Amino acid sequence: MLAMNYRGPYRVRADHKPDPVIEHPGDAIVRVTRSCICGSDLHLYHGLVPDTRVGTTFGHEFVGIVEEVGSGVTKLKVGDHVLVPFNVFCGSCFFCQRELYGNCHNTNPQASAVGGIYGYSHTAGGYDGGQAEFVRVPMADVGPTVIPADLHEDDAVLLTDALPTGYQAAEMGDIAEGDTVVVFGAGPVGIFAAKSAWLMGAGRVIVVDHVEYRLDFVRRYAQCEVINFREVDDMALHIKKMTDWLGADVCIDAVGCEAAGNAMQTIAGPYTMLQAGSATALHWCINSVRKGGNVSIVGVYGPTFNAVPIGNALNKGLTLRMNQASVKRHLPRLIEHIQAGRIDPKQIITHRVPLEEVADAYHIFSSKLDNCIKTVLIPPSARQTRAVAATALN
Amino acid sequence: MSHHTHEHGHDHEHGHGRNDLAVFQHGRPPVDRSAIQGWGADLDRKNRPAYPMERMPQRLDAPLTQPDQQPQHVEVLVSPERPHMTPLFGSPQPPSGLSGMLRRAAFRSTENDVRHWLLLLLADRVNVVEGLAEDLARGHVPNIFAEMGIKAEWEHNRVGLAKKVAVAAAVAGVGYYLLKRRSER
Repeated sequence: MLAMNYRGPYRVRADHKPDPVIEHPGDAIVRVTRSCICGSDLHLYHGLVPDTRVGTTFGHEFVGIVEEVGSGVTKLKVGDHVLVPFNVFCGSCFFCQRELYGNCHNTNPQASAVGGIYGYSHTAGGYDGGQAEFVRVPMADVGPTVIPADLHEDDAVLLTDALPTGYQAAEMGDIAEGDTVVVFGAGPVGIFAAKSAWLMGAGRVIVVDHVEYRLDFVRRYAQCEVINFREVDDMALHIKKMTDWLGADVCIDAVGCEAAGNAMQTIAGPYTMLQAGSATALHWCINSVRKGGNVSIVGVYGPTFNAVPIGNALNKGLTLRMNQASVKRHLPRLIEHIQAGRIDPKQIITHRVPLEEVADAYHIFSSKLDNCIKTVLIPPSARQTRAVAATALN
Repeated sequence: MSHHTHEHGHDHEHGHGRNDLAVFQHGRPPVDRSAIQGWGADLDRKNRPAYPMERMPQRLDAPLTQPDQQPQHVEVLVSPERPHMTPLFGSPQPPSGLSGMLRRAAFRSTENDVRHWLLLLLADRVNVVEGLAEDLARGHVPNIFAEMGIKAEWEHNRVGLAKKVAVAAAVAGVGYYLLKRRSER
């Protein structure tokens, strides 16, 4: 099969690799019809996540057709069109019973802090991901969700991570009616967090970034105010001024370990790896939120040491909540929102790229070229299938 | 975005307290909520997918027994912080070569120990060199520029590409000059 192949920092290519096989009775093999490049894939692409091995296939956002099922699979059938949450989870362990599917204890032998994630390094279980023609999907009766007939495939692929993560970010902020919500980061997750904040009754939503085209996009898509932090002397001071010197009720970190905006953080983080990425967005969250406010973190940080202003968080009496999104928990409600027209996720897709051009796709997304917000990769087998279907229709 | 003014149209149906305070705090008119598709659909917390909680019966119709053990055909490193093999794991790219030795050494310390992560990052860098050697060994000369997306850079950022080439040429030129000077001395 053709699959994305990681060769080292900033280097990927499309390569032929062996097809995945059923390794466990609960497995399925899914033929991928669409996969996305996620902002958190860029942390892998840039070599910031430990135990990212050469030869790995990334891709934790994908949809496809079930091609084969293991002997223990009872609910999923060959031919089902499924969206696959980015978490690999069992549904039955201590954590899954508490709906913490992102923290499953049965799918990642290599770290205790995080559950299994498709194509997200051996620190997240060492599973190959969906930027390929085929992918092994463990616990096929538990993870995948059959895509409702009236749901567009492009919406479905955004339900595997970006939208649920943005939604959970807003939910963890515990937004009350009229709250002022500041979202740091205007990538796909930040965009969806802003949109979700309105669904939860925010009175004001402000998004912070430094890339103008992303700010333009989020202003239009999520009807929010925007701030370009390059035009602001001091972020926390600016938010205080905007909020009658109190601070925002809720701050959301949708950036993670590659935040720009503070040279010292950038040097200590991504450049020298003295800490697990630059914690600039996290600093701004803690320092911009009002006393007694809520900080919600979904930006991905590496697993080593980080300099975090925990003293401020204590003195301000903050509530900090954070997690990898437990996608499966959010799907029923988010599918309702899409079907009711409250949110139209597929509008954020700006690029559709053949899997063969994965290197260019990563470079465009990573370097924020060509007004890229979200990239979908389409494998050759999916294109052929569609061409055959179109021929049959004619 | 359009706004209601304070004089007319301020929507009081949601009560007082927090909402009024928010308006007072920020000294600005409230947002025209009707202009935002779906505003407040999940204001009632029962409409949110809820904080994680244990439910009986479970929300997911998943077996409560431990999944069967996946057969292990390749070496899989195991965290000392959960020192048993999980029922499920990823099997691609087992540890190998020098990077594999470094990874095995890393897994002798826990996730709580910074040496664990630093050794893994070192192993990743060694692995990149191994990857190049592996490519060459099977007769494939990797096109590193293509792997870095040079075509996209050429299409969408020619000025940036020209700058990078100029900087690289300058660095190479200075290096060449220094080496030449040393050899002439």
